[in-house]
Amino acid sequence: MIDITQVHKVYNRGKANQVNAVNGVDLKISEKEFLVIVGSNGSGKTTLLNLVAGSVLPSSGDISIDGNNVTKKADYRRSEWIARVFQNPLSGTAPDLSILDNFRLAAIRTKRKGLSIGINPQFKKDVKDKIATLGMGLENKTEQLMGTLSGGQRQALTLLMSVMDTCRVLLLDEPTAALDPRSADIVMNTADKLVKDFGLTAILVTHNLKDAFVYGNRIIQMSEGKIIKDLNEQKKIALKQNDLFDWFA
Amino acid sequence: MDFYLAALIQGLCFSAIALGIFISMKIFNIPDITTDGSYTLGGVVTAKLLMAHQPVFVVLPVVIVAGALAGAATGIIHTKLKINALLAGILVMTALYSINLSIMGRSNIPINSVSTIFSLINISANPNNNTFWILIVFVAIITGVIGYLLKTDFGIAMRAAGNSESMIRALGVNTDRMKIIGLALANALTALSGFLVTQFQVFADINMGIGIVIMGLGSVIIAETLINWFRITSVWLSLVLVLSGAVIFQMVLAFTLSSGVDPTLLKLVTAVFVLLIVSLPRLSFKGSS
Repeated sequence: MIDITQVHKVYNRGKANQVNAVNGVDLKISEKEFLVIVGSNGSGKTTLLNLVAGSVLPSSGDISIDGNNVTKKADYRRSEWIARVFQNPLSGTAPDLSILDNFRLAAIRTKRKGLSIGINPQFKKDVKDKIATLGMGLENKTEQLMGTLSGGQRQALTLLMSVMDTCRVLLLDEPTAALDPRSADIVMNTADKLVKDFGLTAILVTHNLKDAFVYGNRIIQMSEGKIIKDLNEQKKIALKQNDLFDWFA
Repeated sequence: MDFYLAALIQGLCFSAIALGIFISMKIFNIPDITTDGSYTLGGVVTAKLLMAHQPVFVVLPVVIVAGALAGAATGIIHTKLKINALLAGILVMTALYSINLSIMGRSNIPINSVSTIFSLINISANPNNNTFWILIVFVAIITGVIGYLLKTDFGIAMRAAGNSESMIRALGVNTDRMKIIGLALANALTALSGFLVTQFQVFADINMGIGIVIMGLGSVIIAETLINWFRITSVWLSLVLVLSGAVIFQMVLAFTLSSGVDPTLLKLVTAVFVLLIVSLPRLSFKGSS
């Protein structure tokens, strides 16, 4: 599904503060794989995720999604395949727009944003039904501004928004880092359920080793811009939580 | 009373600027100084074409396109050359001064020898009332168009582009393109104000745009204060408040002048008035925090 070939990302090349954020990574992610990326700060895991999303373009190497070479495509042109959830709950939604407006944009992620009014009674009902599945009691607040909701609620809605339109790849960039433990659980459970129900290919970047242990069917560890550990499904099942802690010892 | 009717008419003439500033300032968070130049551009193009005996329905689309081009220039400089939006606007405004002057060929064009939108259409026998009703219809149409636009899928994407750039890019929208379109739209509206004012005052002048951005800003800030007070989320109501802002602004200026303030001090009074409306909400919160 996603092929990353010999990708490098260098910041400030040739200067004293040169950083090789991603240093020759080869990674093949197959369809319906739920890949977890762990690594300490500055290991290049978020840069790698941004390279897949297109918000950062590689210095060299190739990236393809579903057989299409997207190496030089900007992020907004990759939305055809990719939906994202950001670390900051504010980044994934527009606070001054209503929940309904946010969902309308998500529902036409892969389509043209044209000059017709798309929010009709049927659409309102569909959004309500979708939101009701979260069990957060938000289904009667769809006219409210997104900014009036808590970080956890917004993050859960962002997840739901990602499957409003056809979605192949879901990118989760530390989605629970800013949340309290209970909201974090709801968000991760929702994410896991969506990945399974919709057969998504997913990448989760996290610092939470419990999440890294519980979720996903493949795990890699990054350090200094390189992949230093790569465990497939069987090996991940066999992995114990303490082993994971030892990776960072 | 005629004095206040004149102020009301002026307010309606400036409501297109107010809608334009609402788009650039409130939706895109860009303080767009291009306004001073594109307003004059609208007036200059109107005067020049009317004097060349072009009918009003030909002049109108040309004015809209001219304003949109000025806005798009600011947008392209800002997004493609990564230049601060304020500076981009100042650059285009400065360049427009020369462009406007060369279109006119001199610094002032009176148009009292030709018929204007206000003399062509007759709704009322009283010329002031006639002007008023024509403006009401004109403003209602542009407000209707902008309101509809903001409710469409494109309009929602536009509002989101100024609100959460990371989100809207992830949802497949080219934010640079959106900003260019937004600024083009804002300045097309501004040029429409130039179109109206030139025909109302029956002349175009190279200096008519100096400091005009403050009219739009003041109107939008009045509207914003009301929007925050009453927690308004409806797009239509927000637009109506922006229009009211433009009228309130002119009314306050008219009141100031009629109360005997030296007209030389008008711009100073304007600046102090805008400062007051900006700072009032903040001052009243001070006690409660």
